[in-house]
Amino acid sequence: MTMYDSLETVKAELAKCMKCGNCQEVCPIYLEERKEGTVARGKIKLVEAVLKGDLKYTDGFAEKLALCLTCKACNAKCPCGVKVDKIILGTRAAIVKNKGLHPLKKFIFGTLKRPGLFNFGLKTGSVFQGLVFKKHKSLNGSYPRFPFGLDLKRIIPPLASTPLRDQLPEVVKVDNPVKKVAFFTGCTMNYLYVDAGKAVVNILKRNNVEIVIPKDQHCCSMPIIAHGDAETAKEMAKSHVDIFGKLDVDAIITTCGSCGCTFGHHYQELLEDDPEYYEKAKAIAAKIIDISDFIVKEIGLDKVKLGPVNMKVTYHDPCHLNRGMGVKDSPREILKAIPGLEFVEMKNADRCCGSAGSFSLTHYDLSMDIHKHKTEAIKATGADAIVTGCGSCIMQITDGMNRFDLNLPIYYTVEILAKSYAAKEAEDKKVAS
Amino acid sequence: MLSQEVLNELIKILGKENVLTSKEDMITYSFDATADMPSQEPDVVVTPDTKEQVVAVVKLANKYQIPLITRGSGTNLSGGTIPIKKGIVLSMLKLDKIVEIDAENLTARVQPGLVIQRLNEAVASYGLIYPPDPGTVTTATMGGSVSECSGGLRGLKYGVTKDYVMGLEVVMANGDVIRTGGKTVKNVSGYDLTKLFTGAEGTLGIITEITVKLIPAPKYRRSMLAIFDNLDKAGKTIADIISNQVIPATLEIMDNVTIRTVENYAKVGLPTDAEAVLILEVDGSIEQVVVNEFNTVQKICKENGAVDIKLAQSDAERDGIFAARRAALPALAQVKPTTVLEDATVPRSKIPEMLKALKNIAKKYNLQIGTFGHAGDGNLHPTILTDESDKEEMERVHKAVDEIFKVAIELGGTLSGEHGIGMAKAKYMEWEFGQEGIAVMQKIKDALDPDHILNPGKMFGGN
Ligand SMILES: Cc1cc2nc3c(=O)[nH]c(=O)nc-3n(C[C@H](O)[C@H](O)[C@H](O)COP(=O)(O)OP(=O)(O)OC[C@H]3O[C@@H](n4cnc5c(N)ncnc54)[C@H](O)[C@@H]3O)c2cc1C
Ligand code: SF4
Ligand code: SF4
Repeated sequence: MTMYDSLETVKAELAKCMKCGNCQEVCPIYLEERKEGTVARGKIKLVEAVLKGDLKYTDGFAEKLALCLTCKACNAKCPCGVKVDKIILGTRAAIVKNKGLHPLKKFIFGTLKRPGLFNFGLKTGSVFQGLVFKKHKSLNGSYPRFPFGLDLKRIIPPLASTPLRDQLPEVVKVDNPVKKVAFFTGCTMNYLYVDAGKAVVNILKRNNVEIVIPKDQHCCSMPIIAHGDAETAKEMAKSHVDIFGKLDVDAIITTCGSCGCTFGHHYQELLEDDPEYYEKAKAIAAKIIDISDFIVKEIGLDKVKLGPVNMKVTYHDPCHLNRGMGVKDSPREILKAIPGLEFVEMKNADRCCGSAGSFSLTHYDLSMDIHKHKTEAIKATGADAIVTGCGSCIMQITDGMNRFDLNLPIYYTVEILAKSYAAKEAEDKKVAS
Repeated sequence: MLSQEVLNELIKILGKENVLTSKEDMITYSFDATADMPSQEPDVVVTPDTKEQVVAVVKLANKYQIPLITRGSGTNLSGGTIPIKKGIVLSMLKLDKIVEIDAENLTARVQPGLVIQRLNEAVASYGLIYPPDPGTVTTATMGGSVSECSGGLRGLKYGVTKDYVMGLEVVMANGDVIRTGGKTVKNVSGYDLTKLFTGAEGTLGIITEITVKLIPAPKYRRSMLAIFDNLDKAGKTIADIISNQVIPATLEIMDNVTIRTVENYAKVGLPTDAEAVLILEVDGSIEQVVVNEFNTVQKICKENGAVDIKLAQSDAERDGIFAARRAALPALAQVKPTTVLEDATVPRSKIPEMLKALKNIAKKYNLQIGTFGHAGDGNLHPTILTDESDKEEMERVHKAVDEIFKVAIELGGTLSGEHGIGMAKAKYMEWEFGQEGIAVMQKIKDALDPDHILNPGKMFGGN
């Protein structure tokens, strides 16, 4: 029995909670709402009530459990080491089991009602259809291929006319490779931030790393897990285990903390009761590494390759990259190493931006209330650009800036690094000519 | 169940979004941070954002004789906010403004729902602090901490919450609004009602505004950790430090069970065979004085046979030392599912005796008890590690708790140094005050809240 099949398995996690309320300090939702039902211990009490039989799987229960960004801020603060996100995700799966996929559907249709979206929905309706529910050859039937949260934003980056993976060969060869890696692009880079995806490839090439970009890779399944559809998520996990398990690579590069966490933790959780797949998932998890960690820790930042980037930037810590994968220092090290670049920390850089993938759609106003603190923190730094390491955060921050009157460019860490490499190459060329 | 009529009136006063009634919401207000307590769902939770709304709610509760439970962040450790008689939970969290910072008079005026740390952040730029710092300083509210008279790590030198509350605005059970105290350091007009409502646990009135004293932040500090192989030596060290006229800001103790658990949990380098460690910090605004005091403390530790002394040479090392102390409760809490945390307090000189008594109680009832706490002010936290679902063990836990309080009182101490009485300790009150003492308190309660609407079932038990 995995934690997604039975609430029994989250019981151990529940028992650890001593109801101290320390999670109140950091929960972005509670800090806006100030109601016990929105903070971790309140949700834990509700799950306990369901387990005890004092409460049924009501709509109200589902609504309360939907109020979580799985930002893991409470986990990090909790003196008892409660993994709150595990409780939330396990319970959402139980809700779907008991109530069906109804909440998910409701959400998809709900988004279409949002002002400003309808137009976009109309224009891109057909594209959208194809993207969201694409038939996959190795899976049964349709599954959501594109994370729901990312497609119908108010301020939506134009969908790339040609997705990243269609623009790249499946294998990028280099002479005398120092390492061989697989690149999991994730949906945001594949469909939206194609330039950043190209930056990843260029940086790896420049460091003599051979890259495999499996064509049949798909959405990691995080949005599906977040909505409690464990069955679909399991299928997707197995598919990725098959795709990446057969590759002979030193590492699997991710460029989004949520994708990294899904490969790194959730696949094992999902496949726990299937010994064969579980072992394979574990082997894959061991190879998962974020691009910035890979650059800093595996190949080393070669300062000789760095040219000046004259910018004042600040960095936002994506929740799943920071608290999920433990990647906090490497992006900063990269930024601080670049000549000409001035790095300023923003206040509470590790506070959730309020996106949480599809949460920003299902709870748009709350999401923006949470986000407001991020824009304020960015403004206060006086930076002229924002850097982060997650596409979902980039979209949220872009949308937030639009709403709260700020207009700054926003980049992936790798894009800045690519700029620095390019500056150096241009310099070298000048000297040579 | 409240009638629809009452609910409609509440909605009229507060607006629909400030009146919660769903089963799910009620469950989330049925408990607080106290272990081993029954849960009870209220009938309704209201979240006023003005004082006028508070007054109107109180009048309504009065009219229909409905219990009214005021709630801050619900982090108290005495069952103080459990709506054991159901009724209306009045959540004060939306009343969270800083009304005024008066740097000239060193005072601040705040609303009760403000989280304590927010006040500290706001006054930091004036070079001021609000010293009471319970472990929950980043979550607990001003109203809750005033109502529990919270202490903290700095109590020995800087006192506790009541030493900083200068004035209050209180809504009485009949809806009258009164003001007590004020901004002046000296104030002897009338009875000291400010003190009466401080620590009253929401049973006498509802605090809607608090005027507190601020102090200049101490500029220098020195910290150390001293390890002892014998409880008496640690006890004598504490007594000697004070008799040498050094008042450390922090003087904390951890017993062997706690040391072993913390080491196992946080690997901070504590010797697991030590009987006690003391964590000490002296602070002040004149560097030389702080250094002298620090040297004195060090000397006393050595003279009393400390087996090892670690001096913090940097902020990072200081943080390391305090991390060990801060890890105490979390580390203990991880051992077993249920953590029963008490705060029996004895005169400082009785600490070794109390620690030995606790050891015996643990043995007698075959329980795991780790003790740590604020040694400087005699406030100990015997922490019983247990499992609520184990009925037989819980019986032993309850007997052990009874005995802990008995010993504390026999040693000239008190039931509660800082967590309050609430539901958890109501039945022991007579041991400390006798029937006559209880009768006096009961008269005060009857006079101010004749119908026992305010937080019923607390402080006195069965009312
Ligand atoms: C991990 C942990 C560590 C702790 N450490 C300490 C410590 O070091 N020192 C310490 O003293 N305590 C400590 N506590 C106890 C607790 O944090 C304090 O009692 C705190 O001050 C309670 O504040 P609150 O806002 O949570 O109040 P609540 O728990 O909401 O309420 C406490 C009481 O105050 C009443 N009340 C609240 N607001 C008002 C108001 N506006 N008017 C009238 N009555 C009101 C309530 O009815 C209740 O009786 C700790 C608790 C935990 C969980
Ligand atoms: S901080 Fe952890 S133990 Fe405390 S209430 Fe929150 S989840 Fe429970
Ligand atoms: S994961 Fe984040 S949003 Fe969810 S309960 Fe914890 S702190 Fe709140």
